[in-house]
Amino acid sequence: MGSRRPRAARPAAVSAIGSSEPAAQPDAAGPGSSPEKGSRPGGDVLVKIRGLSFRRGSQVVLHRVDMDIRRGDVTAVMGPSGTGKTTLLKLITGQLRPDAGTIEVDGQSVHTLGKTALFRLRRRMGMLFQSGALLTDLNVFENVAYPLREHTDLGPSMLRKLVLLKLEAVGLRGARDLMPSELSGGMARRVALARAIALDPDMILYDEPFTGQDPISKGMLVTLIRQLNDAAGLTSILVSHDVDETASIADHIYVISHGEVIAQGTPREIAADRSAWVRQFMDGLPDGPVHFHYTAPPLADDLLQRGVA
Amino acid sequence: MLLDGLARLGRSGLGTLERLGRAHLLLAGMVLGVGEVLRRPGLLVAQLFNIGVLSMLIIGVSGLFVGMVLGLQGYYVLAQFGAAESLGVMVASSLVRELGPVVTALLVAGRAGSALTAEIGLMKATEQLSGLEMMAVDPVRRILTPRFFGGVLAMPLLAAMFSAVGVLGGYFVGVGLLGVDSGSFWSQMQSKVDFQEDIVNGVIKSVVFGVVVTWIALFQGHDSVPTSEGVSRATTRSVVHAALAVLGLDFVLTALMFGE
Repeated sequence: MGSRRPRAARPAAVSAIGSSEPAAQPDAAGPGSSPEKGSRPGGDVLVKIRGLSFRRGSQVVLHRVDMDIRRGDVTAVMGPSGTGKTTLLKLITGQLRPDAGTIEVDGQSVHTLGKTALFRLRRRMGMLFQSGALLTDLNVFENVAYPLREHTDLGPSMLRKLVLLKLEAVGLRGARDLMPSELSGGMARRVALARAIALDPDMILYDEPFTGQDPISKGMLVTLIRQLNDAAGLTSILVSHDVDETASIADHIYVISHGEVIAQGTPREIAADRSAWVRQFMDGLPDGPVHFHYTAPPLADDLLQRGVA
Repeated sequence: MLLDGLARLGRSGLGTLERLGRAHLLLAGMVLGVGEVLRRPGLLVAQLFNIGVLSMLIIGVSGLFVGMVLGLQGYYVLAQFGAAESLGVMVASSLVRELGPVVTALLVAGRAGSALTAEIGLMKATEQLSGLEMMAVDPVRRILTPRFFGGVLAMPLLAAMFSAVGVLGGYFVGVGLLGVDSGSFWSQMQSKVDFQEDIVNGVIKSVVFGVVVTWIALFQGHDSVPTSEGVSRATTRSVVHAALAVLGLDFVLTALMFGE
């Protein structure tokens, strides 16, 4: 993570939405939109996943997954609910242990690290949970200040300035005194995002950031994710099943189904993929390789109770 | 059929052993985290308030009523043998040796233990514990350890309060209502209640109960299934397991301390 690339063509500073040009214009976010694309040196991979398998009981959640997450990119992992996307994030951050395979983050094999080394690595990662995961007994300011208080010896004045800057970046400086219970879902996620970037991480992982958001909040988050990634020189992993929003800001997309990577490429390549499964997911078709009906005996047998308990 | 039954029994046994292992690892983690509490005494003070101060009302009221009942029942029994003047000894010994530590532990398990389990369980269900881990903060050290030591320290203090209020309750009933001599009540108590034998042993009991009740409450919350039903079940288990553990341990400790 030490060899972060400069991203000169992106906004130079993290600023509140509305106070700068949005970076996530559909035209700019598609394949090849990153100015450094193509000039990236080979092997510039921050997260390298090889042969990753994970089971929960008898259920196979991930099966021999290979992925490369490149530095500076917004990499999206897409797929329907229950295909192991959140599990993948938890494996990358060392919250779960794989049954087979390896995950290397900046050259360090995550699952061979001791607790201290793992925590040191996590200080360089931020994660935005689906629920926000804000500490409910602390107000917005204290939630964002929490990692700074835990890991730095900053004085009160500097800490206040830093927290206000982080809140300004997500447009919620004015909400600093609110409690988490007083925030809307979108605001809670933006506060969680401010907290995730409090320690200036090198990588940020988003777990379904758009789920349950109204169009305005969704638009804000889409813009914010791209802006933060580029202005702060982050590497982002975005797990989502919101096709349009994710494709509009991703540099690279992995589509997974039943725990396996079934397609990968730039948003344009994925859009041009003709495989039935990818088309069903990307176009939101109700029937296809993923059946509308859950496996069941024939309807007539069921209705006439032939051989059915 | 028989093999299936054996397999189920084996799985259940292995599951129980696994849970016991996790519980002991958690206990070790909390005990080893004592440094965190010493570095940040504010965390401990907050938990002493939550577990101790907020339990004072229920402990005080319960202690008063238990003491009053002891005064009433003790008087009727002792009066049959012409030993009503020994009421103070009987009330104080019963409270300090047994009822103080045991009833306090049961009440704390019900009030503070269930709250601890629900709090930790909900923190797990709402991903707050995972969020802390992702901020490179160990939730066991930062969240559970201060609560554990808060519970361990609060229990003997609450038990002492329970016993003190109980003695006053016995005094009101025995001396105030039933006419036992006030001087005899206090002087016999002073001469017969032994500091080492009664009070220190009572304190040891309540410290042990403090460890067990808080440990069970925190483990149940930390190990709960992160759903509303899972947290609800964990809260019930926390109170039931803690109550049974307190009563069982009380017998063992009593046999060790006061047995011949």
